[in-house]
Amino acid sequence: MIGLGEHAEFIISAYMGVFLGLGALIGWTVFSARATKRRLAELGDTRSDA
Amino acid sequence: MSIDTTPKMSWWNRLAHPGQFVILTKPLILPLTALTALLFAAGLWFAFFNSPADYQMGDTVRIMYVHVPTAWLSQFVYATMAVSAIGSLVWRHPMADVSMKTAAPLGAAFTAMALFTGSLWGRPTWGTFWEWDGRMTSTLVLLFIYLGIVALWRAFDDQLRAARVVAVFTLVGAVNIPIIKFSVDWWSTLHQPASVFRPDGPTMHGSILTPLFVMFFAFTFLFITLQLTAIHTEVRRRRITTLERRAARGETR
Amino acid sequence: MSGFVSVLRREVNLSLRGGGEMLTLVLFFVIVGAIVPFAVGPDKVLLARIAPGIVWIAAFLAMLMGLEKLFGPDRADGTLGLYRLADTPLSAVVAAKVIAHWLTTALPLILASPIFALLLSMDLPTFWRTLVSLLIGTPALAGFGALGAALTVATRHGGLIAPILIAPLSVPVLIFGVGAISASGGPGQTGVATLLLAALSLMVVALTPFAAALAIDWGED
Repeated sequence: MIGLGEHAEFIISAYMGVFLGLGALIGWTVFSARATKRRLAELGDTRSDA
Repeated sequence: MSIDTTPKMSWWNRLAHPGQFVILTKPLILPLTALTALLFAAGLWFAFFNSPADYQMGDTVRIMYVHVPTAWLSQFVYATMAVSAIGSLVWRHPMADVSMKTAAPLGAAFTAMALFTGSLWGRPTWGTFWEWDGRMTSTLVLLFIYLGIVALWRAFDDQLRAARVVAVFTLVGAVNIPIIKFSVDWWSTLHQPASVFRPDGPTMHGSILTPLFVMFFAFTFLFITLQLTAIHTEVRRRRITTLERRAARGETR
Repeated sequence: MSGFVSVLRREVNLSLRGGGEMLTLVLFFVIVGAIVPFAVGPDKVLLARIAPGIVWIAAFLAMLMGLEKLFGPDRADGTLGLYRLADTPLSAVVAAKVIAHWLTTALPLILASPIFALLLSMDLPTFWRTLVSLLIGTPALAGFGALGAALTVATRHGGLIAPILIAPLSVPVLIFGVGAISASGGPGQTGVATLLLAALSLMVVALTPFAAALAIDWGED
């Protein structure tokens, strides 16, 4: 790892913030995808598209 | 011997049918996820280990590799929504409705990230977290438009009606965004303090462009992957609503 | 055309008959302006400097107030449904409503603006510029307001969402509106801002009735 110079905290917090945001976005997408799939299975959907 | 009479759909019709769309695009998710992960890994490696510090901005130039892609997506996602809005209004394409709906929260998130990284970049280079300059201000207004669109979607119970109303607002916004940009630029040059750093000053070196391009594609592919997954989820959610309604009416399939 | 005129007349008559509302709106406009000195202190120089902004913010807020009654009552009693089926195009009906909205909300505010000049110690040239700027700019606010009202008329709590939708769209109106008053931009800038405001206002008034009519038509069914 290279040294990030005098403004390291800004660079690190920018990347941290973005990746936390992306993580939340991905987590939310995956979570809602799983939840809808589960609900669809509960309802006994017979269609093959799910 | 029997003749196959099941209707065959063209690829265009298959794209317009929600269930067929899911079947058609489902195999794309995994490769797209892998590609996105690969691009992010490469982009981060370039960003931190294989690119020099800028002679003027120092290491803070590394913030650019997350700032520029998110700023690009904040506009690209709106363009996606506007194209979907046209598809929804002109052709009543059912997938355009869905894609318009799922893109809005993604666009809002990327716009918020662009503002966040922009202000963290601004602190060391301009000496302030927030500067009322043209770009930041118009991005903030864009964020408000995204949030308004999300709020409008949630205000409707019937998602089919919502789609057409939101499409009208999305297109009005698309016409208005350049006007907002122009007015905000005019306004900020009027009130601009003289000391502000102009980001078009230093010419970009090739070693900075490589991580920028890789990250640019990483973020864009991430959006495409998330958008596609969210579209599948939304299609399923609508199927759930139909099934629940049917169950509530006491029907059996 | 006769349909357009009769809708316009109906709307204005309805507003005049419930005349209390118009006075309340003007009172709201004046009170927003009068409350600012309590927040920023009675410094005359400062007040005169921020007066253009205060006037425009007050006008913007006051024009948001009357939005719910633009399409809401007509939808509740079924008139909107009849408008959709009428021979007169829905966009013409919306245009008549925009004009009526401007006549019954913006015009009273503009007539009340001399009070602002007194309260915020504007000088006479600034006051004239304020008057011109309001006259030119408020039609755009009326147009955007009608659009916001049309987008949310079919929702359950549209009254809350309409301002959120309208505010970002109205940013250019506020910028050029205030720019047309304040001389801080240096020589020539107020003239440029006035022209840009006029262009914007014409465009908004010409186009929003069509967009609003589409939103109403497709939001129903």
